[in-house]
Amino acid sequence: MFSGYDFDVIQRSLPYLFREGMVFTLTLTVMAMTGGIIFGTILAMMRLSSLQPLSWLAGAYVNLMRSLPLVLVIFWFFFLVPYIGAWIVGSPQPIAVGAFWSAVITFTLFEAAYYCEIMRAGIQSIPKGQVAAGQALGLNYGQTMGNIVLPQAFRNMLPVLLTQTIILFQDTSLVYVISATDFLGAAAKIANRDYRLVEMYTFVAVVYFIISFSLSYLVKVLQQRVAIVR
Amino acid sequence: MNYNWQWDVLLQTASDGSGTWLRYLVVGLGWSLATALCAWILALTIGSIVGVLRTTPMPWVVRLGNAYVEIFRNVPLLVQMFLWFFVMPELLPQQLGDAIKQMPPPWGSFLPAVLCLGLYTSVRVAEQVRAGIQSLPRGQGMAATALGLTLPQTYRYVLLPMGFRIILPPLTSEFLNVIKNSSIALTIGLLELTGRARAMQEMTFKVFEAFAAATVLYLITNLLVVLLMRAVERKARVPGFIGSAPQNTGGH
Repeated sequence: MFSGYDFDVIQRSLPYLFREGMVFTLTLTVMAMTGGIIFGTILAMMRLSSLQPLSWLAGAYVNLMRSLPLVLVIFWFFFLVPYIGAWIVGSPQPIAVGAFWSAVITFTLFEAAYYCEIMRAGIQSIPKGQVAAGQALGLNYGQTMGNIVLPQAFRNMLPVLLTQTIILFQDTSLVYVISATDFLGAAAKIANRDYRLVEMYTFVAVVYFIISFSLSYLVKVLQQRVAIVR
Repeated sequence: MNYNWQWDVLLQTASDGSGTWLRYLVVGLGWSLATALCAWILALTIGSIVGVLRTTPMPWVVRLGNAYVEIFRNVPLLVQMFLWFFVMPELLPQQLGDAIKQMPPPWGSFLPAVLCLGLYTSVRVAEQVRAGIQSLPRGQGMAATALGLTLPQTYRYVLLPMGFRIILPPLTSEFLNVIKNSSIALTIGLLELTGRARAMQEMTFKVFEAFAAATVLYLITNLLVVLLMRAVERKARVPGFIGSAPQNTGGH
C-alpha cells in the first residue's frame, strides 16, 4: 500500500506548506475569530434587545447566514467586497481586494452568526436578577453589560466559543475555492505540480487531525477547570 | 453601488443548451438534494449503529466508537472530500480503483461525494444518538432489564424508540447541514447548485444574479425542510420530554 509512497515530496515542501500555507490558515483563523466574536456579541445583544427593529434585523442576519452554505457565502463576498469597498471609498470602479482580505471579511461575517447564537445562550444563562441589581445600583445598559453580564457570559461559554473556533479553523480550508494559498491550498498546488496527490492529501489530513484533536483535548481540560470553579 | 442588474439572464438559454439558466440552477438543486439524501441515508444508518455502540456497557466497543468519531470530526470536510476523490481509488486494488476513476460524469464525483458526506455526517448523527439515549432516565434501561429483556431487546423496544423521538430536532438541523455541505462537492467537479451558480457566473458574467438565484433556492429548500420537520416533530414529540436532548452545538 505504501510501496509507491514518496515521503520525500512532503519533506521538500515542508517550508512552503507551513511558512506560507499554515501561516495563512492560522492568521485567517485568529483574525476571523476575533472579529467574529466581537461582531457576534454585538449581534447577540441586538437579538436580545427590547427594540423590535434591532432584534429583527439581527435575527434575519443570523438566520440568513445559517441557511446558506459557506462556499456560496465565500463566492458572494469574493465578488461583493470590491463593490462595497468602492462604495465606502467612493470610487466609481470596484476596487481590488486580495483573496486574503476577502476571506477575512467573509469568515468574520459568517462565523459571527454562529458566535452570536453561542453568546446569546451565554447572556441568557446569567440570572435576570443580576441585570436588575445592576440597574438598581444605577448602572446604565453599557455598564451592566460590560461589567456584569458579558464577563460571566464569556466565561460560561468559553469552551463552546473555542470549539466553534476549531470548526472555524477547519472551515478556513474552504478558501481553496477562491484559490487562496492556505495550508490545503499550498498542498494542492504541490500535489498537482508534482502529481503527488495521495502523499500530499494524506499528509494534510494527518496535520489537520493532530492540530484539531489536540485543541479539542485542551478545550475539554479547560471545560473541566471552568466547571470546578463555578 | 452601481451594479447593473439584469434579471432576465435567468430566462436566457443556458450555454449547455438544456434550457434556461433558471432550469440549469434548479437541476443543480436537484443534484444537491440527491447527494444530500443519499448521504443522509448512509449517515443515519452508520450513525445510529455507532451511536448505539458508544452507549453499550462494553468498554472496548465504546473506545472503538469514540475513535471513529474523533477521526471524522477532526479533519476538515474539504480534505475528506479530496481523500475520497483522489486518494481512495489509488489505495484500492488496481482494477477497482480504475473502474471508479473511469465512471462517467457526474457519477465519478457523485459517489465519492456521497460516501464522504455520509461518513462525515454519520459522526454527527452518532453524537446525537448517543446523547439522546443517555438523556433518558437510567430507570428505563433498568426497568427493561428487570422485565427480562436482553440488551438488544432493551435497545430495540425501549431506548431507541424514545431516543430517536427526542433527538428529532437536532437531527433536522443535521439534515440541513448535509444539504449545505453538499456544496463542497463542487470542488471535485459535481455540478450541484453552488457549482452551477459559479458556472453560470463564469459563462454570463452576471455574478450577483447567479448567486442571488442560488441563495433564494437554498432559502426555499431550508424553509420547506424546516416546515416539514416541524410537522413531523409535533407528531413524534414525547410528552414530558420536550427539549431534553442537547440542541445542536455549533458547526455548519
